[in-house]
Amino acid sequence: MKNGELIVDVRGMTKHYDGRAVVDHVDLQVRAGEIYGFLGPNGSGKTTFLRMLCGLLRADEGSGTCLGHDVIRESEAIKREVGYMTQRFSFWEDLSIEENLDFVARMYELKKRRQAVRESIEQLGLAGREKQLAGQLSGGWKQRLALTACLIHNPKLLLLDEPTAGVDPKARRDFWEQIHRLAAKGLTFLITTHYMDEAERCHRLAYIAYGKLLAHGTVDEVIGQVGLTTWSVSGPGLPHLAEELRARQGIQQAVAFGNALHVSSDDAAALEQAIAPFRHAPYDWRKIPSGLEDAFISLMEVSKDNFAK
Amino acid sequence: MTRHSHFSFQRLLGIIVKEFTQMRRDRLTFAMMLGIPLLQLTLFGYAINADPRHLPAAVLLADQGPQGRTLLQAMKNSTYFDFVRQVSTETEAHNLLARGQVQFVVNIPENFSRDLLRGDRPALLVEADATDPAATGNALGQLNAIFSAALLNDLKGPLESLAATDGPIDLRVHALYNPEVITQYNIVPGLMGVILTMTMIMITGLAITRERERGTMENLLSMPTRPSEVLIGKIVPYIFVGYIQVGVILVASYFLFHVPMQGSILLLLLVALVFIAANLAMGITFSTIAKNQLQAMQMTFFAFLPSILLSGFMFPFRGMPPWAQLIGEVFPLTHFLRIVRGILLKGNTSVEVMNQLWQIALFAVVAMAIGIKRYRQTLD
Ligand SMILES: Nc1ncnc2c1ncn2[C@@H]1O[C@H](COP(=O)(O)OP(=O)(O)O)[C@@H](O)[C@H]1O
Ligand SMILES: [Mg+2]
Repeated sequence: MKNGELIVDVRGMTKHYDGRAVVDHVDLQVRAGEIYGFLGPNGSGKTTFLRMLCGLLRADEGSGTCLGHDVIRESEAIKREVGYMTQRFSFWEDLSIEENLDFVARMYELKKRRQAVRESIEQLGLAGREKQLAGQLSGGWKQRLALTACLIHNPKLLLLDEPTAGVDPKARRDFWEQIHRLAAKGLTFLITTHYMDEAERCHRLAYIAYGKLLAHGTVDEVIGQVGLTTWSVSGPGLPHLAEELRARQGIQQAVAFGNALHVSSDDAAALEQAIAPFRHAPYDWRKIPSGLEDAFISLMEVSKDNFAK
Repeated sequence: MTRHSHFSFQRLLGIIVKEFTQMRRDRLTFAMMLGIPLLQLTLFGYAINADPRHLPAAVLLADQGPQGRTLLQAMKNSTYFDFVRQVSTETEAHNLLARGQVQFVVNIPENFSRDLLRGDRPALLVEADATDPAATGNALGQLNAIFSAALLNDLKGPLESLAATDGPIDLRVHALYNPEVITQYNIVPGLMGVILTMTMIMITGLAITRERERGTMENLLSMPTRPSEVLIGKIVPYIFVGYIQVGVILVASYFLFHVPMQGSILLLLLVALVFIAANLAMGITFSTIAKNQLQAMQMTFFAFLPSILLSGFMFPFRGMPPWAQLIGEVFPLTHFLRIVRGILLKGNTSVEVMNQLWQIALFAVVAMAIGIKRYRQTLD
């Protein structure tokens, strides 16, 4: 697949549970070699969407292609070329590392199975521990095992569902470095995450809340789409100030960031009016570019209001 | 671009290896494999098979010759029979039986000795109270041997040929009150079917639901596996478990319960394969239908109870009303019981066995087909 070619190209993907659309007409396009971040609060439909992409769930509506195969009708072919890492560790805890890898290799009918398993174990850095039961591994090692197992059949697209949840920062950094190395070789990634720093390591992102795709593009594009104005204020008694600000019209969020408070809204004029009474000593106000997190919180707040209606 | 989906032996092998490994590490498997057969054999086998002796018997003796007395003495010496009453009429004898005062009435007709020595094979009637067949089974089972041994001395010279053929007397046993006598020989081979039914359905009933509950199903389904590969792959390892159970039960039947083994054990083992497969197929089908392990267990019992009640294990099959017989005919256990008893006790051969076997095989195929059809390839 050439760079730039669409690996995932779906439109109108929809899934209902109990009459409620948990994924609601989501369109998504992912290009070859791209690391695509999929963000959204818990229960927003990320897992459900990934499952529909790889044929684990039947979509109620929607069409398009995944790796050139029809996303609705050709899930068998898609499964062969996709690696899917589930949100919860889903390998067999009563099988050893080696047995798990060997099983996966057999399921994909690998020609040089033993060699592939051995190489995977070496890549993992688990040579000598391959007989250990998967259930005895720590969270970080389980995550590495899962990723390695997903890669064993040389998939073209990897769907990773919150791969770094519960993993320590060092392991997370190693993980992301590996992802970038693999992407450079032409692998495509669709990764769901909660972490802002991870979102910023993706080439492009999409934000989903309550089943609806609210924004997508590069980090800057997403921030631009939200159209937020943000002021940073520092000084004494910030928690008290935050309370007062939140109570005012024209302010969407007032969030503490270290020693400062970020105050934002998508209506710049209303915001300026709202903070006017507080723009005096001992407070120090400065207009700053909005961050991704500000943008996401704003998106979430707005969609919550919409959803409640 | 789409490769056609095909049945893959490599994937099948992969699933078999996986299931085998998991089974090996699961203590429950061993509990099922050895614990259940031993427990059931002990419960059913020993509780019922306490080989009772010194059973009260009455005698209705019309014969004047010595041979009748020889036989009675031999029965007494066997310690199975104690002659507590001598009666002179049938009515009197039947009253004793009806009141449970005696377990047997031995009826030696007039001219028994004379007819015996003439080689006329006189009839000797033993009436037994078979309400508790386990109580009478052993005693009745020994009768022929007792008589043959006893008459060995009397039938010398020209009469020797009599002893060799059908036996010198025409022994007639009437089991009263219970048309189909279930003896220990009946129960222990039957237990093989019952134990296999119970454990095989239960063990595979959990096979798919366990994957669902542990969350590994999502992983399995994300790989390009076909339903038939998964289901067959999950069944095969348990065939070995089934065979180990068959082995345990056969050994126990032979050494502990002295069940005669008239027919071919090889034939029995072949039949067992079909029977085990049928139950595994039923279990795995439940597993595809059940939402969780509890439901799978409940389904197991819903299948197991009627099997055990209507198959002829608990109650004589011919004693059941026609509708119950009709239902009973569906269960593999019903046919397996007939086969096992036929092979072990009657020395049946493949000709008689085929009559029942195809019905078990049909059941297996249908159950498997339903399972494969019901197996959901998505998480919906
Ligand atoms: N099998 C299911 N049955 C009913 N509701 C479900 C099921 N799976 C997911 N949901 C609901 O769908 C919504 C989206 O879930 P999910 O896709 O897991 O979200 P996320 O991965 O973004 O946290 C949630 O509200 C969840 O409760
Ligand atoms: Mg999720």
